[in-house]
Amino acid sequence: MPFTPVIFWTDALVYLLALVIAVFVWQVRRNEHLLVPWRRVGQSASGMAALTALLFFVVVGLLDTVHVRFPVNDGAGVEKTYSAEVLSLLDVIATPLRTRVEKTYSAPFAAHLYAKENIELPDGAQARDFPRLKFGGVHLADPKAQRSEDIISRALKGSGIGLLVWCMIVAALTMGLAHRAGRPFGSTWAAMWRGTTGIRWNAILVTLLLMLLLWGAALALCSYYHILGTDKVGQDVFYLSLKSIRTGLVIGTLTTLMMLPFALFLGITAGYFQGWVDDVIQYLYTTLSSIPSVLLIAAAVLMMQVYMETHPELFETIAARADLRLLFLCIILGVTSWTGLCRLLRGETLKLREMEYIQAAHAFGVGHWRIISRHILPNVMHIVLITTVMDFSGLVLAEAVLSYVGVGVDPSMISFGTMINAARLEMAREPMVWWSLLSAFSFMFTLVLSANLFADAVQNAFDPRIMIISPKAAIKDSASRGGEHSPAISHQ
Amino acid sequence: MHPLLQVDNLTTVIHTATGLAWPVDGLSLKIEKGETFALLGESGCGKSITALSIMRLLPEAGAIAAGSVCLDGQDLLLLPETSMRDVRGRRISMIFQEPMLSLNPVMTVAEQIGEVLQRHFGLGGTVARERILEILNQVGIPDAARRMDEYPFQFSGGMKQRMMIAMALAGEPELLIADEPTTALDVTIQAQVLDLMRSLQQRNGMSILLITHDLAVAAETADRIGIMYAGEIVETAPRDVFFRGPAHPYSRKLLASVPGRDRRGAGTRLSAIPGNVPSPSHKFSGCRFADRCDRAWALCLEAAPGWSAVGDGQQARCHLLEHDSSSFALLPSRNEKGEMQARNSGTAAEAGSKVTVLHRPVTAPEPDLLAVTDLKVHFPIYKGLIKKAVGAVKAVDGVSLSLRRGRTLALVGESGCGKTTVGKGILQLIPVSGGSVKYNGIELVGLESKRLRELRAEFQLVFQDPYSSLNPRMRIMEVIREGMNALNVKNHGKEHSGNRQSDGSGGEVDRLLESVGLRPEAKWRYPHEFSGGQRQRIAIARALAVRPKLIVCDEPTSALDVSVQAQILNLLGDLQDSLELAYLFITHNISVVEYIADEVAVMYLGRIVESGSVDEVLNSPKHPYTQALLSAVPVIEPESKRHIIRLQGDLPSPSNPPSGCHFHPRCPHAMPICREVYPATSRFSPTHQTHCHLYPQDKVAKGNHAQEYVYDGR
Repeated sequence: MPFTPVIFWTDALVYLLALVIAVFVWQVRRNEHLLVPWRRVGQSASGMAALTALLFFVVVGLLDTVHVRFPVNDGAGVEKTYSAEVLSLLDVIATPLRTRVEKTYSAPFAAHLYAKENIELPDGAQARDFPRLKFGGVHLADPKAQRSEDIISRALKGSGIGLLVWCMIVAALTMGLAHRAGRPFGSTWAAMWRGTTGIRWNAILVTLLLMLLLWGAALALCSYYHILGTDKVGQDVFYLSLKSIRTGLVIGTLTTLMMLPFALFLGITAGYFQGWVDDVIQYLYTTLSSIPSVLLIAAAVLMMQVYMETHPELFETIAARADLRLLFLCIILGVTSWTGLCRLLRGETLKLREMEYIQAAHAFGVGHWRIISRHILPNVMHIVLITTVMDFSGLVLAEAVLSYVGVGVDPSMISFGTMINAARLEMAREPMVWWSLLSAFSFMFTLVLSANLFADAVQNAFDPRIMIISPKAAIKDSASRGGEHSPAISHQ
Repeated sequence: MHPLLQVDNLTTVIHTATGLAWPVDGLSLKIEKGETFALLGESGCGKSITALSIMRLLPEAGAIAAGSVCLDGQDLLLLPETSMRDVRGRRISMIFQEPMLSLNPVMTVAEQIGEVLQRHFGLGGTVARERILEILNQVGIPDAARRMDEYPFQFSGGMKQRMMIAMALAGEPELLIADEPTTALDVTIQAQVLDLMRSLQQRNGMSILLITHDLAVAAETADRIGIMYAGEIVETAPRDVFFRGPAHPYSRKLLASVPGRDRRGAGTRLSAIPGNVPSPSHKFSGCRFADRCDRAWALCLEAAPGWSAVGDGQQARCHLLEHDSSSFALLPSRNEKGEMQARNSGTAAEAGSKVTVLHRPVTAPEPDLLAVTDLKVHFPIYKGLIKKAVGAVKAVDGVSLSLRRGRTLALVGESGCGKTTVGKGILQLIPVSGGSVKYNGIELVGLESKRLRELRAEFQLVFQDPYSSLNPRMRIMEVIREGMNALNVKNHGKEHSGNRQSDGSGGEVDRLLESVGLRPEAKWRYPHEFSGGQRQRIAIARALAVRPKLIVCDEPTSALDVSVQAQILNLLGDLQDSLELAYLFITHNISVVEYIADEVAVMYLGRIVESGSVDEVLNSPKHPYTQALLSAVPVIEPESKRHIIRLQGDLPSPSNPPSGCHFHPRCPHAMPICREVYPATSRFSPTHQTHCHLYPQDKVAKGNHAQEYVYDGR
């Protein structure tokens, strides 16, 4: 075996989470009443577009989760020794990006460094100028004259490939749907495009097209240029941005995973049993939420940091150490952030326990824990779902803030927060280094925006009071009623 | 001369998740000046949407698609929104169903009425206050000068509804739309409010559009009646003509499904209308009532019937009337024929057997299935930092009753009197503060929980609201099996005892669903797929699953429409016959009591003030409260001009009941002694007893009322 897989703590939890989600999806598909709100999510154009964008982030994050170590001495010796560097699948795929490190800052698409240096001219004389980059734009003989033309042609080529891939996906999808519905290809395509299918395929496909065009161009260019520039030590910012995705996702999802047991257990028991149990839990979360959370997090992180520094023997690699710190950050964030959901669940349980079906269960002598698991838990799950999806984006942002303050992830771990922190000082420099911050900002913005839009769609779908109908469906319906009323319909 | 309000072919659409719905579909009506027009119909037939369409206050998702609404010849639908604001509250006012929700809790009453005066008359300052005072006096608010600056929470429900009426009157409207103005109120309060509306109408000469589902309220209040069904009016007639002989089959059925003593006396089943009100998104080609009508014929399914005049200002939309309007009114339907025979002669075999079942001779001294003695349920009131108990809400304060196998005891009272708490206290669902509950001779109060759990199969509960009594996330199969699993119910049924192991209790669930009139396939579905009446059937099946002997029915029909209520009452009656169930029937609806109960206990403020057999209590009520309660119930029969005993004020708070007899502050016959001593039992027959100083009482030590409830075993 040329490499050995490594599973960090967060990796294991991410796998667990993926498994939980898979089980959940399977469960939903089996139960009609659970499926109904998700169908409404499928009807939401913005929700489906956001989901498509999110899926891209998730794929990148998952690729970055599968970790391996390569051997340094190809088995020639008696014992194989493995490199201290742990690589993820994403690292392997993006090897050209990862390894092509410049000396220091360079602007996006630049062929020269951003700082003037003493260059030895071919004739032996010294000159102070912007030196050529080691990797970015080396294929150009005369960057000034050829660069923009080269970039455009490569970008177009890449986009063209993206378009081709998109066409293939669309064809395969339409064929699959047509086969399943037993309808001809043409009418299925027309239905998808007009948005009259159960899922808003048109929104998904438009988003997919945009993303594939962008990605085609980016991938075609990134092996010839640093498309988002390089940072202080010459690392490709595009690569850094891609690596940051996993950190953000892990914080957003694992924190929720950590928080859920607290919130569910404490919230439901407080609401259901009332009395002193309720008092104790209420005092607990009131106390916890009155301590400034940054202070609490900083204290916990610093304590953990000290422990880790005094016990270096516990960690085989730097990556393992950074990973454990990430996990602890998730746990600390989880421990401090369960109060909101707990309060919501307590309130909902207080309402539910007075419902007549709970009283009927009491009249049957059903036990408390059975009532909680069969009657209350399923009826609060929509709140849990909405809260976790809404909290996700907040947590991604929280990571950036905490890393910026210096109590976030390990400095060796690439994250949006560390990127912003590193770019902070250079903002004051003349000429300004803006690309690091901009790329962290735009990646995080896209991730959080799509998470928020998706959360919105989920919330709308699960909220029974909001019943939205697309005008197209309304017109279709009135037409099928025989048209006797349709000419008179007027929205006042 | 225009009629005051003329609505022509009004059509309203609502956008819903599943498509368009047409809650009002081609509705036409006319209201003359000074007239009260009652729009009658079951829930979901579009009554309230009609009112909102007239006011142009439809929800966001709704729109008026066609038609015209003319107020004094002016089409309101053509007015711009700014002019419409001058109409609302000034020319047309509206009273809503729920007075608790229609007043702003953070504004005083004077401010809320002042808003109307400011908007429509530009009144302010002292002039406005004088006018507010005048209006409040008009609607009968005592001590109005002081109370006008109080907030809505300081008023009781009936007072709040008076406030709503005062607000509606402030604009001196020509038309008052009252959307179920008394549905949320108790009968004694309802009588007050209806009375007020009548007198105000006589004084101000305005027209009233009364929207209600209660036939009796309409019979008492309206001049003309319009019966609404599935978005259109199917019959209009002057009140007297209508109640003498409704023309449309739906109206006839509706009238026949009202329970009452006359139906019970003959031992007949109520004539329930099969099925449910069609959903507003349903598309009709023929008569809207055709699929529920037992006299529908081919034409009814094909063409929508037009209006046919019957005479005396009565007209209806029915194909039967088009052909032969004179003979139709006399021609009874197939079902009605049978019913009439049963009613008249009582010789029909089925009816005969019913009579014996309902009036089983009480000679054999059967032991009581349930004996409650001096039951008390007090809820402590905690105050202060350390939560010291400073008092108690005496929700139930010494209730004694007994119930035999296969009999029905109705517990009657207004809201807040503690009826529901009695039911829950008997079932040991809430902690009991004192007294004893004996089931089959076993004391339930203080019984250890393991033993109590085993006994729980014997007594079950059916709730008021069929929408919250079934877990929306469980399939019917799971709902019904929950109790069976929890209580480990063994199958006594011979035919099922063998195959229980092989197919689970699938067969048992099927049998239960069939016994409540549902198809076995229903078990795979979720509660939201069923209508209110069907859900109530499922709730009954769930209770029956553990083979109880006693079922506490807590207002099981008050959330249902009259026609569906008849179905459920029939079902409960059939189950009682076949399974010998005993019912403790908790209700505020006197006509249901008349129909279903064997014995009645009337409750007031945590205590039973009168009890006896249904005939004794309802025919010759002794306690002044019972008399007032019965007189306040609206009746359909137009000729019975009864005298309503008007009760002053509202139910006092059970945390601080009046001294002596609880009823004395509202009692028209109160004497000095009533303020001091709670009356002991007065007996009129072995079963009939009351607590009132008007009658000679048993010799029991006075002053300690608990003593008076010594259980005598009857």
